[in-house]
Amino acid sequence: MTRSALVAQVRAELTMTLRRGESLMVTLAIPLGVLVFFSKLDATIPDGYDDPVDFLLPGVIALAVMSAAMVSLGIATGFERRYGVLKRLGATPLSRRGLVVAKTVTVLLLEVLQLGLIVAVGAALGWTPNAGALPAVAIVIIGTVAFAGIGMLLAGTLRAEATLALSNALFLMLLFLGGMAYPIDKLPAVLESLADVLPAAALSECLRGLLVPGFGFPIGSFVVLSVWAVGAPLLAVRRFRWEE
Amino acid sequence: MSTNDHQRSAIVVTGLMKQYGATRAVDGLSFEVAHGEVFGLLGPNGAGKTTTVEILEGYRQADAGEVRVLGLDPFVDGTALRSRVGVMLQEGGLYPGLRTREVIRLFAAYHGVGHASADQLLDDVGLTTDRDRMVRRLSGGQRQRLSLACALVGTPEMLVLDEPTAGMDPQARATTWELVRSVVARGTTVVLTTHLLDEAERLCDRVAIVAAGRLAALGSPHELTSGERREVRFTTAVTLDPAKLAHALDLALDAVVADPAGQYRIQAAGTPSLIADLATFLRDHDIAINSLEAGRQSLEDVFMQLVTEEGNG
Repeated sequence: MTRSALVAQVRAELTMTLRRGESLMVTLAIPLGVLVFFSKLDATIPDGYDDPVDFLLPGVIALAVMSAAMVSLGIATGFERRYGVLKRLGATPLSRRGLVVAKTVTVLLLEVLQLGLIVAVGAALGWTPNAGALPAVAIVIIGTVAFAGIGMLLAGTLRAEATLALSNALFLMLLFLGGMAYPIDKLPAVLESLADVLPAAALSECLRGLLVPGFGFPIGSFVVLSVWAVGAPLLAVRRFRWEE
Repeated sequence: MSTNDHQRSAIVVTGLMKQYGATRAVDGLSFEVAHGEVFGLLGPNGAGKTTTVEILEGYRQADAGEVRVLGLDPFVDGTALRSRVGVMLQEGGLYPGLRTREVIRLFAAYHGVGHASADQLLDDVGLTTDRDRMVRRLSGGQRQRLSLACALVGTPEMLVLDEPTAGMDPQARATTWELVRSVVARGTTVVLTTHLLDEAERLCDRVAIVAAGRLAALGSPHELTSGERREVRFTTAVTLDPAKLAHALDLALDAVVADPAGQYRIQAAGTPSLIADLATFLRDHDIAINSLEAGRQSLEDVFMQLVTEEGNG
């Protein structure tokens, strides 16, 4: 694979992502909608926050990462597998490795767009950036690896329709159990202990630990997130089938 | 064949075996394809054609036997072969969410080929007016032509086409054959699978007829069809007595059969003397003839005969 082949592939992947209405819905409209809606509805915001947006913004970034790396990537890849696109690309000089690199770059670029919009809207709602932003980028990347692993595991093992249904269901479930729009300690005890071991809450808690002054970095959540970031891609690589 | 000849061959397949569970998809297939040759794999569905080309393309590993494509093992040396072999799969494998021109330019980029050549190729396959159409909105035949263009864009030394004209109307099929011939004219080796006998007959230098994973026949369409037809068929304006005709032709009484469609079949080689005797019989009984088929058999005859034999064996 050459550099120009990779550039062309990334451009094609981005074009297709931005052309899919449902992809824009889940990666941009829903996270921004959650941010705006819940910032005007302070009923669910825990005590100790000056402003609802301080609580919401890290959670919405986690939601955005989940939507780009798991839902959008997973569904697109599942259907490419169904249509034989993955198989066909395997016979071109791009190669499978080139395809994986291009998809990674595409997800990261999509996240740059998402984070830019989230931070802009967040700032308009009264959020101010702080010193935690740089390490937060590292956490976003670890979270991306974890969720992309889950998305690719679904895409490479299930039928395309099942990947579509399941990744949307997981998105919704993790939105509720991920401490994104409201804190997980308001969940029933059983659900809270379940949420603690899932990657969504781990990601939003880690981001909160870095972006909210005085919150303190949650080591336990970081361990959970890291385990997902190693385990999910490894399992995806082992189980992925290029043809449906 | 000497080692030297092997190196001159674009493809060498020896004793190829591939099993899926209890089914032997390919069962000891051997053939060679010369550089610049158009080689057809012909056979009914499930004969092992696709499995064979997918092994040539490097998608699958043979269970046993040896496969060399341009001197390389396609499963091991896939990276080296990908820029030299153009592949067209049975199911398109093109992004439905890209436009026609975006797809050909993307494939061009994989091969380091510029936009101008890509657009020219789009013109060659007759898709210039559809360049801004989404792939998902193309007809089956248009998608096949785009897929062929994508296989050609890297100017490959070899082209592997799995059912290249499936789903095409006769005009698109003719355009595609023309395109394949023009590629052959510049020295490209072509391997294609087909279940269309006229496609094999018109396009291929040599044809391998495959049935149940085994080679049933191998040769040029001319060689395969040069055997005399074992049957003469004719239709007449009025009915005649088959037994009487058999007697007149000096054949066994059941050698002439009237089929329900009103066609008579004489189960004997259509030699000049047999045809002369038939004509004499018809003159003596004043029977007008509507049609007569004799002489060389068609590829379809050979195919049906071999595939039926294979099925019975």
